Amino acid sequence: MEQFISLFIKAVFVENMALAFFLGMCTFLALSKNVKTALGLGVAVIVVLAVTVPLNNLILNFLLNEGALTWISADFATVDLSFLGLLSYIGVIAASVQILEMFLDKFVPVLYNALGVFLPLITVNCAILGASLFMVERDYSFGESLVYGTGAGLGWALAIVALAGIREKLKYSDVPAGLQGLGITFVTVGLMSLGFMSFSGVSL
Amino acid sequence: MAKTKEVLVSPIFANNPIALQVLGICSALAVTSSMTVAMVMSIALTVVCAFSNLFVALIRNHIPSSIRIIVQMTIIASLVIVVDQLLKAFAYEISKQLSVFVGLIITNCIVMGRAEAFAMKNPPMPSFIDGIGNGLGYSVILLAVGFLRELFGAGSLFGVEILTKVTEGGWYYTNGMMLLPPSAFFIIGGLIWAIRAKYPDQEEAPEFKIAPNARASEA
Repeated sequence: MEQFISLFIKAVFVENMALAFFLGMCTFLALSKNVKTALGLGVAVIVVLAVTVPLNNLILNFLLNEGALTWISADFATVDLSFLGLLSYIGVIAASVQILEMFLDKFVPVLYNALGVFLPLITVNCAILGASLFMVERDYSFGESLVYGTGAGLGWALAIVALAGIREKLKYSDVPAGLQGLGITFVTVGLMSLGFMSFSGVSL
Repeated sequence: MAKTKEVLVSPIFANNPIALQVLGICSALAVTSSMTVAMVMSIALTVVCAFSNLFVALIRNHIPSSIRIIVQMTIIASLVIVVDQLLKAFAYEISKQLSVFVGLIITNCIVMGRAEAFAMKNPPMPSFIDGIGNGLGYSVILLAVGFLRELFGAGSLFGVEILTKVTEGGWYYTNGMMLLPPSAFFIIGGLIWAIRAKYPDQEEAPEFKIAPNARASEA
């Protein structure tokens, strides 16, 4: 149990997707102008990460890894399909986002309306694919990948909501012309990232 | 010919994919702590972007528009797999350092964005050139950031020592923050400022005007 809590804390704060690994930056910068949008996007990312990372873990362990296909027939013990990884992960992500969208539309219309256009956008968010790739690189088990996916999503959501809060205040300040908009956002994110670095010593 | 040149050159400074279009920032920040890695990443991205544009342009008239995103993604993912396997075979050390970021070229918005915005509407040759141009625009920023971070953070370029460090009897105190994530944000912010100072038409209008008598200079 302890290892899961530690992994969760690490995924949310220490290895924050947006501020330590720069993942999902495009959406992070483009859609952080107000807190409401940021919150919607953040929730969508949490949901999608919590679904796709464990799913890709299953794909990896039952289809792609060397010897993973033995559950079909012992003849496949030497088959190694891991080079197909990238293609399958992105496929799984695109498909599960699509299914999630239909599912929410049918059963949780409130959430579906709140997420709106963000769900399909998330397919091309690098934080989603990045989390799956980190899962592969670090050899997480199914349980770990579930915790990691949720934690990573929560960390990203936290970062984008915090940035949106800052930017809402920032628009009233007197910024030099060339730095207006994108430039000052970068500097702000840099300072936030500096702040998050203080978590780097934390371990449970 | 003049148009070809413009397609190739304009993304490098005037219409830079990172600084103006805000695309593909993730990897620009993450892989720039050393020049060698930044260089390999730039080459990988330029190759993927050029060829994905070429292939998408070649079959653009046969792709039903409802499934075009999936088709583009499959093409890009296949190209990235090729690049990834090549790197693992011939430059294993660097591919370890790049870790997940080669895979993330798939979701790099520059590649996807150019395939969707340019290659779907233009013949193969200009698309290929456009891919190279945008790849170069990305490379310029990546190498500039990598140059500053490695020079000031580790006192070296491409792993070759330029500034002799104090720890080795020299005079240069390494600036450790340059190797940490936040510095990449500051440097890109600064670069954007520099580019916009050169091309003032790229400046964004402030959302709110400050009342005249609130500024010290106008009081």
